[in-house]
Amino acid sequence: MRNSARSQKIAFALLFLATLLIVIPVGFIVVIIVIKGLPAINWQFLSDIPRQGMRAGGIFPAIIGTLYLVIGAIVFALPIGLLAAIYLSEYSKENFLSRMIKLAIVNLAGVPSVVYGLFGLALFVVFFKFGASILSGSLTLGIMILPIIITTSREALESVPHSFREVSLSLGASKWQTIRYIVLPNAIPGILTGTILGLGRAAGETAPILFTVAAFYLPQLPKSIFDQAMALPYHLYVISTQVPNVDEKIRYGTALVLLTMVLFMNLVAIIIRYKFRKRKKW
Amino acid sequence: MRKLKEFFIEKLILVCGLASIFFVGVIFFFLLKEGLALFKFIKPVAFLLDRNWYPISEPAQLGILPLILGSLLVTLGAAVISVPIGVACALYISEIAPGKLKEVLKAGIELLAAIPSVVLGFIGMITLVPWVKNIFYLPTGLTALTGSIMLAFMAMPTIVSVAEDALYSVPKSYKEGALAMGATHWQTIWRVMLPAASSGILAAVMLGIGRVIGETMAVMMITGNSAVIPKMIPFGFVQSVRTLTATIAAEMGEAVVGSEHYFALFAIGIVLFVISFAINVTADLFLHREKTRL
Repeated sequence: MRNSARSQKIAFALLFLATLLIVIPVGFIVVIIVIKGLPAINWQFLSDIPRQGMRAGGIFPAIIGTLYLVIGAIVFALPIGLLAAIYLSEYSKENFLSRMIKLAIVNLAGVPSVVYGLFGLALFVVFFKFGASILSGSLTLGIMILPIIITTSREALESVPHSFREVSLSLGASKWQTIRYIVLPNAIPGILTGTILGLGRAAGETAPILFTVAAFYLPQLPKSIFDQAMALPYHLYVISTQVPNVDEKIRYGTALVLLTMVLFMNLVAIIIRYKFRKRKKW
Repeated sequence: MRKLKEFFIEKLILVCGLASIFFVGVIFFFLLKEGLALFKFIKPVAFLLDRNWYPISEPAQLGILPLILGSLLVTLGAAVISVPIGVACALYISEIAPGKLKEVLKAGIELLAAIPSVVLGFIGMITLVPWVKNIFYLPTGLTALTGSIMLAFMAMPTIVSVAEDALYSVPKSYKEGALAMGATHWQTIWRVMLPAASSGILAAVMLGIGRVIGETMAVMMITGNSAVIPKMIPFGFVQSVRTLTATIAAEMGEAVVGSEHYFALFAIGIVLFVISFAINVTADLFLHREKTRL
């Protein structure tokens, strides 16, 4: 008995150690970027174009480019993803087809990001002749975040109790009316969580936009969706590997802006989900 | 009128429901369309097994064996690091951590998953690369090992969250039964919980590995990108390698549309797509089996 108590102590200590091995480096990464990046952040850095071959000036075009891309991706992915989620949770039966759809979603989520880049290049840039443009990049990112939006929205829809639907149907509402006026409103927080997570993912990815939209250096802002654009993650890649002698401060500053954007969105999503779970009355 | 409107809405919902299958199909089709054109120039066997990748020499040598081995080496290293740590962390979070800490740890893991890979690559370049260089007295810190360590951090969130789900879905009665028979908490975890959740944990490991093989930016920034056949383990780890993904990302910008090189990069895309497809389908089977059994 003593022996098993001691081995339990050792085992738990090891499990705790493993957890620390993940948590401490994560904390270290975030802290080091904040500490070293903060001195670079000022109004000029956020609102100016890059100057002197990206060794000075700001990152404004990259921030704007990323915003355009993310908005474009969500405009494309949210309607399709939401309707797909409605199909899976409200219409599909447990059969071969729904099994195939779920498998397809899992696979979409698992396709390497650089393969999305290849696909976007082949379909949107070359085949549809959109060229390297915000349109091509947004569509590529949109397809990439589709599984996130479908999965989270579907969970949200399925967590609405069955009795809600039954009451609505028994009062003579049609199936679509029930979904539109009863199920959807109750699932909004969950859908919002998924949407924000999708936004965060789209904002941080580099590989899918490499060949579909990203411009190395572009001093003016894009004028239409058929223009190339700079993007924050690609800009960070460029100034940390392609351009020599960039001040470390600028690199850290860029990393900080990107990290803040992505982590902020994720934090908002986590908080919405947490609040919603607490408030839930059923 | 209303009936008509609802008819169209429901058809639209069905179409969107099928969209994911459609997109998987379209992705595969376009990879094939561009990639298979390569095999007019070289044989598939030569493409997979030739030892030289010199895409811009005349004539181009397009053997991806060094790239495949580079990917395998980096992935193996990342798996060795991330699997034990990830599973242990999942056990800690699901079985040991008290309520509040559990929520915080879960949120922390989610944040790690959210850090963009280019940011991890950047941090790896600045911190990890010099460390590896100094510790092993190497001419450069851009090695397979550096990539493995950084990639382990990208695999861990996947491993932890999927494994934690698997442990969570083990029926409470299993645990209570073991405890009631006088087993300690650790004995219950080790002899009852782990075996009961084993297929889910296996799925977690596979999905983590899938994430590592597909990772691009961080790998490209810190593994050194030299397309040579790596030496035997463990010496291969302290050497620069180049992965399948990094090759596509680094070279597609220069490849001329319609050239042999361009087709070859798409053919690498096919290889990656098939690998990730196989991993995801298998992992899904494991997860499904768990659900039906319990």
